[in-house]
Amino acid sequence: MEAVVQADALRKTFGTFTAVDGISFSARRGECFGILGPNGAGKTSTIRMIYGFSPLSGGSLHVLGQDVTSRRQLRKVKYRIGVCQQDNNLDPELSILQNLEVFASYFDVPRPDATARALDLLKFIALENRRDTPIPELSGGLMRRVVLARALINEPDLLILDEPTTGLDPQSRHQIWERLEGLRARSISILLTTHYMEEASRLCDRLIIVDHGKILVEGRPQDLIREHAGRDIIEISEPGEELRTFLRERNLRYDDLGHRLLIYCDERDQLYREVSGRYCRDGCTLRTATLEDVFLKLTGRELRE
Amino acid sequence: MFVISSRFLRIWQRNFAVYRKTWKVSFMPPLLEPLLYLAAFGLGMSTLVGEVSWRNRSASYIVFIAPALLSVNMMYNSFFETTYGSYVRMYYQKTFDAMLATPLFLEEIITGEIIWGATKSVIASSIMLFIISLFGLIRYPEGLLLVPLSFLAGLAFASIGMYFTAVVRNIDLFNLPIFLFITPMFLFGGTFFPLDTLPGWAQALAWLLPLTHLVEITRAIAIGPLDGFALWNLLYLALFSALFFPLALVKMRKRLIK
Repeated sequence: MEAVVQADALRKTFGTFTAVDGISFSARRGECFGILGPNGAGKTSTIRMIYGFSPLSGGSLHVLGQDVTSRRQLRKVKYRIGVCQQDNNLDPELSILQNLEVFASYFDVPRPDATARALDLLKFIALENRRDTPIPELSGGLMRRVVLARALINEPDLLILDEPTTGLDPQSRHQIWERLEGLRARSISILLTTHYMEEASRLCDRLIIVDHGKILVEGRPQDLIREHAGRDIIEISEPGEELRTFLRERNLRYDDLGHRLLIYCDERDQLYREVSGRYCRDGCTLRTATLEDVFLKLTGRELRE
Repeated sequence: MFVISSRFLRIWQRNFAVYRKTWKVSFMPPLLEPLLYLAAFGLGMSTLVGEVSWRNRSASYIVFIAPALLSVNMMYNSFFETTYGSYVRMYYQKTFDAMLATPLFLEEIITGEIIWGATKSVIASSIMLFIISLFGLIRYPEGLLLVPLSFLAGLAFASIGMYFTAVVRNIDLFNLPIFLFITPMFLFGGTFFPLDTLPGWAQALAWLLPLTHLVEITRAIAIGPLDGFALWNLLYLALFSALFFPLALVKMRKRLIK
């Protein structure tokens, strides 16, 4: 299948600091591809090279079949992508509708078309009744929706979303997710960075987890969970020494966090009965493994800057 | 290498769209402030000063300072647009970041901003020109040349302003170029008194300042005589555009492209 983004040994350095350390991946047409990682992992640096904001420090990068290091080809790319940056960088003096119209002009969309598209998009983000509202009167969630609509004004072949729901309340986040699922149904190619695992599991067909500028794993969310966390997880609070001995003897996969212990398991019921019956002192839950388990397992639990 | 296509007009159009939303507020200061100066110095001071001799001609003090205040208006409106105005768009509103994710390249954005700064000079000085012409302070038809002149002057001061926007670390540091560059020009650029009243070394310094040359041309247009000397003044102003425009592009690229 044709790649919308093809990165080979892609590098980005700032002075002596290496933000992206030779990563290679390929996002296919029509899929939602996720770039996950803790803060400072190199997600935004990667995405900024993809939409032509940052020059490459090394490697090669093709977007929609064009080499972004060529200025002429990059211009073509810039016409065909829509970018939703982390900041709500709307024009505060202009209304919602004017924001979309002005942005359309950057893509040489003729004025009548721009207005028609803008009105369509306002319907899409359910703000058609607030087209003349000044931007400063909008909540963070509504601003985000306008930024998303603005990124779609050129009817892009590839939509790039840099942490689209960071800082939003759960209601606003679900609103954004619903819109993005709507876009997926129309098979727009999407490139998404996030550090919300629920978001990634829900939206991404395939994803990579990056840390310290390198790719740790690549795959479909369900496959990654199965491979790295198993099917289920038993979580035990305040585990005793005898439980640890039991786990070592049975040679089970687990993570010991001191006050909490996670057992990765596939034969759920039997093991859970055994553990909860014999070793559970404070609290003991059986739950399905999630992408968050994979993420924490691979990137560690210590705090990032 | 700079690649600047006509797309910079999009930035101009964007700024104009914002200006149309806020014009009621934004056109008052450039209109009222010079008029206040004109009233204070022209009416208040002229009784003290009487006639001023300029290039062997004698003019009343208000006729003498009116073209200078027009020049100052051109300088302020373009310089402040590409300093405070552009800085707010660049740093606080992240407008440039949003634009960079569209077909626009940074050089086009900066060019659009500078041309817009020059346009602000045209808008402000045209309004002021109209008002002071009602008082018979400008001769015509020569006075019409002041409109294209305000664009060329705006280009020079907008380019200088954009250079400072690219290099200041925060918005408060604009006080430095204003205190060291803009205010001395306002006071010593041949604005409120003829330069030949200054000692020789001070005159030489004053002739280095771009505003001095702008005041000289404006006065030559408004009062006369308009001769070949104005071309040299114009050339000197153009030199600032030719120098600071590419410099602003280079420094902006260094600041924003990471």
